[in-house]
Amino acid sequence: MALPPPDPQFVLRGTGASVHTLHFSCGGQEPAVPTLFSGSENGLIHVWNLKTHRVDTALDGHGRKSVYCLETMGSKDRLFSQGRDQRICLWDLAEGRASVMDSVFTENVGFCRCSLLKVAQGRWLVAMAAKALEEVQVLELPSKTSVCTLKPEVGAKLGMPMCLKLWQLNGGLQPLLLAGYEDGSVVLWNLSMGKALSQLVCHQEPVMSLDFDSEKTKGISGSSEKVLSIWSLNEQQNLQVYKTHTLVNAGISDITIRPDKKILATAGWDHRIRIFGWKKMKPLAVLDYHTATVHCVSFSDHKNPSERLLAAGSKDHRISIWSIYTQT
Amino acid sequence: VCFVPGGSDCSISFISHVLGKVCVQGRQKEILSVLVPQLADLTRSDCIWQRICWRLLECVPDRWMEAVLLGFVQRAPGADALSRLLGNLVVKNKKAEFVVTQKLLLLQYGHTTAVLQNLLGYLALDSLRRGLLIKVLQELLETWGSSSAVKHSPPEQQQYISKAILICISHLKEPEIESCRQELLRSMMEGVKCHLDSNLPQIRRLGMVVAESISAKINTDGPVLKFQYEEDDEVRELKSLLAQTPPLCVVPSLPDDDRNEKADTAPPLALGGNKSSATAAPAMPDEESDAELDSDDDLVPYDMSEDKELKTKAPVYIRDCIEVLTGSEDVDKWEATVKALESLVRKNPAATREVSVELAKILLHLEEKTCIEGFVELRQRAQVAVLTTDPIRVAEYLTSQFYSLNYSLRQRMDILDVLVLAAQELSYPKSRGKTKHSDAQKPCIQLIPGSDSSKDWRKIVDERIKSKTQRFATGQSQVETSSPNEFNSVAGHFFFPLIQHFDRPLTTFDLLGEDHIVLGRLVHTLAVLMYLAANTMAVTAMGRALLEFVWALRFHTDSYVRQGLLSCISSVLLSVPGERLLEDTTEELLEAQSWLGDVMEKDPDGDCRRLALQNLLLMENLKKKLRTVPS
Repeated sequence: MALPPPDPQFVLRGTGASVHTLHFSCGGQEPAVPTLFSGSENGLIHVWNLKTHRVDTALDGHGRKSVYCLETMGSKDRLFSQGRDQRICLWDLAEGRASVMDSVFTENVGFCRCSLLKVAQGRWLVAMAAKALEEVQVLELPSKTSVCTLKPEVGAKLGMPMCLKLWQLNGGLQPLLLAGYEDGSVVLWNLSMGKALSQLVCHQEPVMSLDFDSEKTKGISGSSEKVLSIWSLNEQQNLQVYKTHTLVNAGISDITIRPDKKILATAGWDHRIRIFGWKKMKPLAVLDYHTATVHCVSFSDHKNPSERLLAAGSKDHRISIWSIYTQT
Repeated sequence: VCFVPGGSDCSISFISHVLGKVCVQGRQKEILSVLVPQLADLTRSDCIWQRICWRLLECVPDRWMEAVLLGFVQRAPGADALSRLLGNLVVKNKKAEFVVTQKLLLLQYGHTTAVLQNLLGYLALDSLRRGLLIKVLQELLETWGSSSAVKHSPPEQQQYISKAILICISHLKEPEIESCRQELLRSMMEGVKCHLDSNLPQIRRLGMVVAESISAKINTDGPVLKFQYEEDDEVRELKSLLAQTPPLCVVPSLPDDDRNEKADTAPPLALGGNKSSATAAPAMPDEESDAELDSDDDLVPYDMSEDKELKTKAPVYIRDCIEVLTGSEDVDKWEATVKALESLVRKNPAATREVSVELAKILLHLEEKTCIEGFVELRQRAQVAVLTTDPIRVAEYLTSQFYSLNYSLRQRMDILDVLVLAAQELSYPKSRGKTKHSDAQKPCIQLIPGSDSSKDWRKIVDERIKSKTQRFATGQSQVETSSPNEFNSVAGHFFFPLIQHFDRPLTTFDLLGEDHIVLGRLVHTLAVLMYLAANTMAVTAMGRALLEFVWALRFHTDSYVRQGLLSCISSVLLSVPGERLLEDTTEELLEAQSWLGDVMEKDPDGDCRRLALQNLLLMENLKKKLRTVPS
């Protein structure tokens, strides 16, 4: 007899607007407070204290335009945020400060979230959608120099890039980029040569989100239709479809694989969060709490496995925090 | 009657005379039932007999030709037999030509389909006669396409002509079609227009079937005309005429090309119901039968049975519904609202009454935003619910809109339908809520709406009786609770505004002019409202107004409108109490009676005549009933 799905451990209220992005920063040493960063449609970034469940600070750096991507660079004092005001802001939050150190003007009016990858100490690569319609630009931070611009070939008709993921094989070799496009295909790019290694049409509709497991070289993508597509990378660096999974309701906004690669979570347009086992895509749970589209899901980076959390932000202005499958 | 086969020339003109005289006297059946089969047999293989037969018929005097010819045509076992018997009579004899091409096809319409097939098949069989076939087809099409014929001729005649056209078409060969393609196309277009203009569905269907067939024949490779209509027996019969069956006996004397023509005019027509049932089962990707045991995947799934398809919830308050229907961009919510609206209106009558006119306005203008099943019905039921909840104001609104500018014909007819359905609901005595009904049975639950002393005493008496009677068995007591006729107070509001402005044309809506389909529906609606108003206070006034209305429109050319007018009279006779009819509306009744007699005798439409007769009978019964009551 299966148990009914669990309730959220707690719910964070107070953003006042749709929550578009979440990022945990809980891996710090003991005195550091576990923190959750959330970006909302009203342009504010809320810094939540997960011990008191209250907002510690609210950062306003995007001129009241929606913030749709948040990452931390190294520690939780360095925040990277992207907003619809066509800017990427780098924040310095150490010692109670809340100032924008640097910003990059992306000239892109789309919704594609950036992807950040640490390549060396103090050096980061960020991939973002560029000004021209189908292009992806890769910059190095903090120097803000352009590494390459990835242009699909003429006539490819991929549409806008919808979601990006920078990754490296475990040997620390050259970084690669996976990009999901508007026409439903996922393309693997080689950054140093600036050309596409493989392209796979996974969906009939635009790819809304994707995530990749670099150990197993297997990835998953979700789109506005009912199908989740799981694909893998073989030795020749070619993408091929491994499996598909059909959902009850159409529309996925976000997919995240937990850092221990055991489970993954999807955020759905049908207000539900779905948990699957990553090994075999076994459906594990359907978490039904929100009353509007869930925009983002994120797993925490707690060092202690039993403290791990899952957060989901939704259009109904709430962030639900769940503690699920923490025993493994 | 047997003939002596002799080698000599004999004159058989005497026999022709006898034959003609007998036929004209009306004895066709007796003599021809013997003669025709024998001749048919004899002429099958023997050319001499054929010539004798032809000579026989040629010598029949003109004044008797029609009777003889008609008899032959009716009794011949098939078109080829007729051809053998008559030969080229129609070409040689003017009177025969007239009878075959004009009289039997255009002036009479009582003959069976078999006769038509014989006749036209006969014309088609010989090259000399095919010219006549084409001529006949042209004339038939002209008649079929003339708008006055469509309006004034009886439906049976129109059906007959349609059948004749279809048979002719089935006989046409390619080169002939080529030569008269333009003409066929032109007459078809004209004809289709007149037919579709008619109010009677039967005429419209006839027009559609014939037009489709003509179009299929002349455009064999291009896009064909295709109408949507219900197939019934009549339509199927008409369509079967297009498929020619080969003759039962093959006659060696017939020229070869005719035989071939028959063989391939059994076309695989609309019998291509072999719609390729493209049930190529899509190969479902099989779920992987997880044979592998995963030892370290020990994650136990939770219960996911609640994970169903998402349904948007409909709003719960009437005012929310109004908001969603007028402004919302959310189509899921809009759909859910439309589906839930009727029940919400019925459950919240007080709330509905506050916004009834607004809601009626929104519903009248509501258009289908997404593809819901049964949208028209949902909208109509919601409108009826609103109308029955607040009859007077909403009826006032709807009737005023009926005569306003800038509505489509469909919307105006919807208004009429909604008024009728609501009137029906209001005039029936069933209680509107289940709770009301059960409360009336249980004397202990006190839900008295007003201090109605009449109900009190009944309850007290019932209780007294109950306490004093010993019940051995309680059977099923079917007590019909009566409730006041809710239509009584509003009947006038439904009826009179509709009748008021019918003769005032607006720029976009002219009831007496070309929008006669709406006039027809209006008249039928008035008849129904009149009927439902029986036992209301306003019924006499309504009756009088309706009789005057009928009088003004009695010579309308459209038969649907006339049928409506006649049903109005029936409703008046049935609803208005007899005494009131005789006292208040005597002159109108007398005038109506004389008009009804006229209609019964002279109206071309069969239904009109029948209705007029029924009305006269009703009047007679009424008079008899009133005479027997001692005044």
